[in-house]
Amino acid sequence: MDIEHLKKSFGNKDVLKDISLKIEKGENLVVLGKSGSGKSVLIKCLVGLMECDAGKIVLFGKDIAELTEEELNAVRKKIGFLFQSAALYDSMTVRENLEFPLRDKKESKEEIEALVKEALKNVGLEDTIDKMPSELSGGMRKRLGLARTLILKPEIILYDEPTTGLDPITSREISRLILDVQKKYNASSIIITHDIECAHIIANQVTVIKDGITYAKGTFEELSESKDEWVRSFFK
Amino acid sequence: MEENGDIENKETGPKEVSLPGSTYVTRVKVFFEQVTLLTKFALHFFKDVFKRPYEFREFVKQCYLIGYKSFPLIAITGFIMGLVLTIQSRPTLAEFGAQSWLPGMVAISIVREMGPVITALIFAGKVGSSIGAELASMRVTEQIDAMEVSGMNPFKYIVVTRILAATLMLPILVIMADGISIYGSYMGVNIQGDVSFHLFFLQVIETLSFSDIFPATIKTFFFGFAVGLIGCYSGYNSNQGTEGVGKAANAAVVLSSLSIFVLDMIAVQITSLLT
Repeated sequence: MDIEHLKKSFGNKDVLKDISLKIEKGENLVVLGKSGSGKSVLIKCLVGLMECDAGKIVLFGKDIAELTEEELNAVRKKIGFLFQSAALYDSMTVRENLEFPLRDKKESKEEIEALVKEALKNVGLEDTIDKMPSELSGGMRKRLGLARTLILKPEIILYDEPTTGLDPITSREISRLILDVQKKYNASSIIITHDIECAHIIANQVTVIKDGITYAKGTFEELSESKDEWVRSFFK
Repeated sequence: MEENGDIENKETGPKEVSLPGSTYVTRVKVFFEQVTLLTKFALHFFKDVFKRPYEFREFVKQCYLIGYKSFPLIAITGFIMGLVLTIQSRPTLAEFGAQSWLPGMVAISIVREMGPVITALIFAGKVGSSIGAELASMRVTEQIDAMEVSGMNPFKYIVVTRILAATLMLPILVIMADGISIYGSYMGVNIQGDVSFHLFFLQVIETLSFSDIFPATIKTFFFGFAVGLIGCYSGYNSNQGTEGVGKAANAAVVLSSLSIFVLDMIAVQITSLLT
């Protein structure tokens, strides 16, 4: 994934002024920034949920601005997105939530059942298969959201605040799960967070956004010892 | 939590001093903007409805939820409508010695106007608000975004199926409500009289004609389409937050109900021109 000089405004407010990022295969890139710095706007632009005002987003060698709706949907099937609230379909059971992304696949019923059970086993939720999302705890909903994201075995995974609203123990479990996923699927990930412990567990590379621009880049250790006090303040 | 919702909705710049009448100009401008957006939404529906995949299972599920689940309420309303209309009309007709006209008169009133319009209004309240609230809730919890990001067409799965289901189910419900209303009328006639069902039914059949039934049935397709379209539009395009869910449900009912009256007015004009 290659992002070049991305800009996005809402009315007179410039949320993203000049964002440039590059993610290599199998890399976990954590994006840090203050609340309201445009991190969620950035991640939504990456999958075409929002249209950018300027700049280029290249996914799998294609500029997404030049794709038709069908071509964009085909690219999206290679991307997984874990929403901040997990965005589970609350009128469907856990099983139906996981079967939903597989609707247009040609697998048999038994193969789909096996994929669903494997996805739940990966996140430790085998016993919840016939429950409704409303019957699950916050951590379980996040894990189910992750299972649904992974069921199509995406090549790039985007995480929007994966540990927000969770207790410290569950946050660490989710962070380790994200790391295991990266190793198992060799997927590239972009993680939007302001949970420093999560960033420390997961990140290969860290980018800090300030005032809509890419302010600092480096590994977790490099940035935590940065000469810039504002950057260092994230890691205290 | 990321406040991009606030970033999107924040107003910037100096506060402008408003001129007299400018509020009304703004309201008219907003009204025409909304009409334009609703028209685009309808055109999007017509573009997608004939494209594969057809989402048949979801369509059937919506027909069950919208049609079958609405039947008890529609049936009760229909029965009461027929009964009350008969009881209220009887004294006036009795003054002229015209009680025998009661079955025919009630049947025409119900089949031509009261059945379609009142059933559609009940339908707008129940189904319109339900669709508006459901879709707005899905928007607020990012479920629609999740569908879009997974590479499927959420408009086709959520909107097209519901509008189609509403368009097809309302005429069926109206036909059933009309039948139950006429039975309610028969019960009303027999509160003070003694009329056999055979005689009552014969009088109804002799009075009703094709020009009573056909235009009334056709307009219910438009009523159903309006309820489905406006409910989906209100919910699919709602603002973030629980306030948006409430507003979407309210707007769906109010605008659907208003559109039913407008469409009925147009239908009556067309019918009187053609007959």
